[in-house]
Amino acid sequence: MTDQTTQTPVSTPARAKPAKGGFLGLTSNDSTLLMIIFGLLIFAPFILNPFPEGSAMAQFNAGYPDLMQRFVIFGIFAIGFNILFGLTGYLSFGHAAFLGVGSYAAIWSMKLVTLNVIPAIIMAIIVAGAFSWVVGKISLRRSGIYFSILTLAFAQMSYALAYSVLTPITGGETGLQIKNTDNPLFGSLNPGEIGRANFFGLEMGNSYMLEIGNWVFTFNLGYYIAAVAMLVAFYLSIRIFRSPFGIMLRAVKSNQQRMNYTGLEPKRYTLWAFVISGMFAGLAGGLMVAMDTQVGPERMFWTASGEVVIMTILGGAGTLMGPVLGAGFIKYLENIVSKINKDILHQWFAFLPDGFEDLMVTLVYPFVGKGWHLTMGILFMLVVIFLPGGLVEGGKRIAGLFTRKKTADKES
Amino acid sequence: MAILSVKGVNKRFGGLQALGDVNLDVEENTCHAIIGPNGAGKSTLLNVLVGKLIPDSGSVVFDGQSVLGRKPHQINQMGISRVFQTPEIFGDLTVIENMLIPCFAKRDGSFRMHAIESVRDEGDMIAKAESMLDEVNMLDKTDMLASSMSRGDKRRLEMAMCLVQEPRLLLLDEPTAGMARADTENTIQLLKDIRTSRGITMAIIEHDMNVVFSLAERITVLAQGTPLVEDTPDNIKGHPKVREAYLGEAQV
Repeated sequence: MTDQTTQTPVSTPARAKPAKGGFLGLTSNDSTLLMIIFGLLIFAPFILNPFPEGSAMAQFNAGYPDLMQRFVIFGIFAIGFNILFGLTGYLSFGHAAFLGVGSYAAIWSMKLVTLNVIPAIIMAIIVAGAFSWVVGKISLRRSGIYFSILTLAFAQMSYALAYSVLTPITGGETGLQIKNTDNPLFGSLNPGEIGRANFFGLEMGNSYMLEIGNWVFTFNLGYYIAAVAMLVAFYLSIRIFRSPFGIMLRAVKSNQQRMNYTGLEPKRYTLWAFVISGMFAGLAGGLMVAMDTQVGPERMFWTASGEVVIMTILGGAGTLMGPVLGAGFIKYLENIVSKINKDILHQWFAFLPDGFEDLMVTLVYPFVGKGWHLTMGILFMLVVIFLPGGLVEGGKRIAGLFTRKKTADKES
Repeated sequence: MAILSVKGVNKRFGGLQALGDVNLDVEENTCHAIIGPNGAGKSTLLNVLVGKLIPDSGSVVFDGQSVLGRKPHQINQMGISRVFQTPEIFGDLTVIENMLIPCFAKRDGSFRMHAIESVRDEGDMIAKAESMLDEVNMLDKTDMLASSMSRGDKRRLEMAMCLVQEPRLLLLDEPTAGMARADTENTIQLLKDIRTSRGITMAIIEHDMNVVFSLAERITVLAQGTPLVEDTPDNIKGHPKVREAYLGEAQV
């Protein structure tokens, strides 16, 4: 990938001035990127709620806690997946298994140890990391399509086992929830009380509503905990991209033969990329449980693994921002566009004469509501065909047009 | 003293005896060429040396240690670098990144989890990589994408990537194969410069007699998997057995 964001900016005293203005060991460009993510995360309740309550456009508001949490959690999932797929080029088709395993680990931590989400999330990361090490060790005996198939097989196996023989651990079809019979080791629950996930005593569901005019903005504790996790995940991803380890991972994608004859072990580097991305998936799984204390095996189904692949490619594999954009895009389509029904369409086109109104509704309807998959499919095809670098490349091309115009203006 | 010593190596592929009782010593600080007609077993021998093939019998000792059974990356870490027939570089990476990889491999061994450190803080490594690029006159191409360069530049880069590791032995597999005349001349000059400035031991497999006679200090002629004769270039030129087996068809 010739994309600028994948290339490590190597500044040397001899040729270029050392980058200034950065912080946390980042170049100024990377710091800006981190600040953008930081700003988006902090102000998401405002940014995602641009339309006043009760207005015709209100169904486009995405600033409710449940959806914001999903944006962030899938963002983390995709950021981690991108470390493996974007850098090494190894396409795992079974990453949902690590998300699921992380979820199960988190809920057991809550059932048995404490209802505090932090230990649960840490458990999720550790267990998912260990599981991905085993899966990676075996799957990486092959590369290309065979690697993908092996990871897919592992994930489907995990899914099927969670449904059947592992029922004592996974709860089978009904999954696991926190019940009134659960009594964690650390915690003071009254008999019969159903425990709630908390962050050192503060409940995940705690929200503060801010009403300004017709607008209602919700600030939810759970969301902000997930947002901090994503900020950390994004920061780590930048560091990995810019590290010697990151160069090695891109070398794996580029030429393993040369790596071998340069005294390096490409398989070992790939395995660790696999484990790191598995741990990111575990973090996402743990956060899911922290936000909503229940797990079911469908979380590991192969379509869930496919979704993260699509998110990463749609946004731009191998770029820093791509996975975040892709995850946001798909979750928005899934949750917002899918809710548009015929009545809403009629409202929109009410200004047209009757015949035209019906025509427009008929034309648009297949792409919204349950048809959102069609919209996503078309969008995905367009991106893959015309923007192989994903939405990030699209953004760059648009930015490029503007800068070219500007310079042209200056010249003329 | 021989830095690389091959003794009684045999390798069979089914009914074909690819290498039959090969004995070969590469002396330290020389350029040793291995020549022979097509199918003589040159590439098989090279693949044995780098750990890609394991011989049926015999021994290969590098610097007092056997290389047999070791993997390519371990053999590289022992101090053997290899230049391929078609340049093997990291095409998706920039030239400087290409150079940094062997620098890290030399310093950190075959694996290190340096995932949080920034490449920008590796001042020593960057300086080392750049001085090597300077030596092969590529300092102006530092930020170019490796795949976008000409064949000759890719060859230079690959060479630089091998040399920056300061190998004890540099193996070259037809380094000028498929090159234009000018690029061939440049490559010969580059190799000569490296020989004189660094005193590096080289073993070269080559078809082009021009290249062989302008570089080699010792020549081994392989024919049908067996060394026919080993001598200095001058003696090889006039050797009747060699003419018969190989040079009869080529103009020398």
